[in-house]
Amino acid sequence: MTKDLEPQLLSGNQAVALAALHLGVSLGVGYPGTPSTEILENFSLIGGRAQWSPNEKVALEVGIGVAYGGGRTLVTMKHVGVNVAADPLFTVAYTGVRGGLVLVSADDPGMGSSQNEQDNRRFAVAASVMMLEPSDAQESYDFLFEAFRLSEKWQLPVLFRMTTRVCHSRGIVRPHAPAIPDMDPGFVRDPRAYVMIPGYARLAHKRMRQKMNEIQQWNESADLNRIYEGDPSLGIVTSGVSFLHTREAAPEASVLKLGMTYPLPIEKIRAFAKTVDRLLVIEENDPYLVEALRTAGIPCEGKAEMYRFGELNITRVKRIVTGDLTDETPPPPGKPPQLCQGCPHRMAFAVMKKFNCIIAGDIGCYTLSVLPPFETLDTCVCMGASLGVGLGLRHTLPAEEARRVVSVIGDSTFAHSGLTGVVEMVYNPPETGHVLVILDNGTTAMTGMQEHPGTGRSMDHQQTGKLVFENVIRSMGVPNVHVVNRPQDFEAVFRESLAKNELSVIILRKVCFLAEPKLAQYEAATRSSKD
Amino acid sequence: MDTRITNVVIAGLGGQGVIRAANILAETAFRAGLDVKQGEIHGMSQRGGSVTSDIRFGEKVYSPMVPDGCADYVLVMHPTQEDNNRHHLKEGGNFISVTRLLGEGQSKLSDLDSDDSTPVTERNCNIALLGILSVFLSFDDALWEAAICANLPARVHADNLAVFAYGKQLAVR
Repeated sequence: MTKDLEPQLLSGNQAVALAALHLGVSLGVGYPGTPSTEILENFSLIGGRAQWSPNEKVALEVGIGVAYGGGRTLVTMKHVGVNVAADPLFTVAYTGVRGGLVLVSADDPGMGSSQNEQDNRRFAVAASVMMLEPSDAQESYDFLFEAFRLSEKWQLPVLFRMTTRVCHSRGIVRPHAPAIPDMDPGFVRDPRAYVMIPGYARLAHKRMRQKMNEIQQWNESADLNRIYEGDPSLGIVTSGVSFLHTREAAPEASVLKLGMTYPLPIEKIRAFAKTVDRLLVIEENDPYLVEALRTAGIPCEGKAEMYRFGELNITRVKRIVTGDLTDETPPPPGKPPQLCQGCPHRMAFAVMKKFNCIIAGDIGCYTLSVLPPFETLDTCVCMGASLGVGLGLRHTLPAEEARRVVSVIGDSTFAHSGLTGVVEMVYNPPETGHVLVILDNGTTAMTGMQEHPGTGRSMDHQQTGKLVFENVIRSMGVPNVHVVNRPQDFEAVFRESLAKNELSVIILRKVCFLAEPKLAQYEAATRSSKD
Repeated sequence: MDTRITNVVIAGLGGQGVIRAANILAETAFRAGLDVKQGEIHGMSQRGGSVTSDIRFGEKVYSPMVPDGCADYVLVMHPTQEDNNRHHLKEGGNFISVTRLLGEGQSKLSDLDSDDSTPVTERNCNIALLGILSVFLSFDDALWEAAICANLPARVHADNLAVFAYGKQLAVR
């Protein structure tokens, strides 16, 4: 037995990475986002080929290309990343794939580190893609094998829905024998399958529906869905991490644990319902299963609306089982996170506060400037929104107020979705101009120091092509582009930019102090490889 | 070996080594042949905010989260994090605070660094707390030591094993 086939204590994310290695995944692609980030990092670390894309849409498109070419591909992102990747997702569901394509959506019920707690099980239905939901690390490993088997059998993509507790919780994983296919990448021309002009897409849509019907039939008897027999007075239908809480909260109950939650094994659920006196659905966030069961004419109880918010746990599942609607005691508040004391970009927020700016912010560490001591950020919607929202405010507010509006974005977020915002700014400039501040700290700090196109290093920190922001922005037609390397020089440049009725971009460039030692190592390695 | 589930919560501030200590405890239980689940919080909480990790072990463990008021042991690694973590503890549970490591006249963790009479420092007090915890659990020292070494770089093995032993002896005394 080789070492990596021995039982190991792994997080769900590490288990997916190990399974990807054992499945011979030819390329892992994604964009960092809590709680998904460690999947590709670990896959790369243990010898897999993986890369960060500038954003989730591009990542999925690269994955689609790999799968069209006959390779196996794992595409990873956090739940909101699937919004960005939704465009290719809905159509790859029509075209199908040749090699296996598994898309990990890491949802964040309770918003440990996210701007919303959207339930991506809805995406499986909306796009009509198979969905698997592991509940712990062992299942994360096992289900990935099943996901690729299904993807290749039906030549369709699979949505692999994890949640924060599945991604980040560790448990014992017993790996099995690797199943690396004899891959023979090559392109087989098939425009009716891969070119979605309406005439071909109409046929593709019918083909996909036909397959989904067959998959639903298959799922009725698949062992991905398991019955744990118990007292017939209470039957619980559940999936994912909710199953784990359920087993401890109601150990006596009969349980139908669903592993494949789209398309649902609805007849299996109906048969299970008939064996129990009371049928209860335990699920986090949206009443996705409840709605599906009721639509199919299976009477069931769901959770009260109060349990729709946040994660479930053993205590909450007990309350749902007993129908307890009394107020829950919130845990005492801990110390909130804050913009690091040593962050070189704190100065910028102090200056913007001094000028009484209206700050259209973005997603990253700097979002924390909304909290004390700065309390400066005014908006934060999604990746890249600082540009659009800032421009919209400039277009609408009275001129004096509009002149105080600035957009603030980080370097990784800028590469993710700030570029098209600059295009918008050049194409539809507000009368008062606009000021964009890029806080470039040389890394994707928020998610744990990942590389991005602006660092000029690949996921494994090797030198690669570099997106030089100032060059790109100048060539896009922004008249005033300043690179500021010393935080103390920021104020003068900022004051001057704010006073102009023109478009200005200020790149404040100072590396994250937490990343500095590592970045110095990478730089040294690059230099020595050049010698 | 007791087969019921043991619930431990380790709490502190981001950057203090909460997750590292949790990893060592989980791995010790794993090496002892028990089923283990460990829940962690990543992301925003790492920016200097409160961090907790739940470790549960026994014959069979499902949920990775310790229910409120059910922790057999709560380890608190920062003096400011005591009050907001008491609710984890069950009645009769054991609350182990880092303040136990502070000597006379010491009020903050950095005071440990200038005290040459103990091997404990602000940086390794997470391991000292595991040493205290070890007295209440029935894992062999060899399992603890293997888990500590597997989770720390070789250059600090000797120091951390000494700190672990110090914590253990502090609890026994």
